[in-house]
Amino acid sequence: MKGRTLTRADLAEAVYQEVGLSRSESAELVDSILLEIGESLVAEGVVKISSFGTFSVRPKGQRVGRNPKTGEEVPIMPRKVLVFRPSQVLKDRINGETSGAPEEED
Amino acid sequence: MTKSDLIKRLAEANPHLQLRHIERIVATIFEEMTQALARGDRVELRGFGAFSVRHRSARTGRNPRTGEEVQVPDKAVPYFKTGKELRERLNVD
Repeated sequence: MKGRTLTRADLAEAVYQEVGLSRSESAELVDSILLEIGESLVAEGVVKISSFGTFSVRPKGQRVGRNPKTGEEVPIMPRKVLVFRPSQVLKDRINGETSGAPEEED
Repeated sequence: MTKSDLIKRLAEANPHLQLRHIERIVATIFEEMTQALARGDRVELRGFGAFSVRHRSARTGRNPRTGEEVQVPDKAVPYFKTGKELRERLNVD
């Protein structure tokens, strides 16, 4: 089925089914995994999850933007952005090359 | 940080859990996300970010070494958009 969304609650349910933890403990673990990844990105800038992908923090330099409503030029300050680079395994699986039937185009 | 560092940190924070359980939990989470994306579903993790699948049309490419034309079939690629909370945490200072 198209157009479904997997959420934290779905991940917690999967953890609950997989290991004999309580539902609340499963939900806490999902949250703590995402928190650890976030904290590590803030502190170290890179998180590599083999067979899934790599998250890395990239600096963006200052540039001149424009207020689209007024046309006024405003400087956009240097900031950090997070980029996700999917692993080859993830790319292949999304294209149905390793498991399951290949998806028909939408 | 790698996946095994993540497992190590979770094990330190959760001494009551067995290491093999933590490994299973981490594997389950990324497997669920991968399966969702393979179905063409979105993965939306509030505060962290959202993964979706974008489609790239077939195109005619070129082998950069030989200059020969090659047909590149259409494909799906995963895309990640950082969540608001995490984006703000990256830019606190």
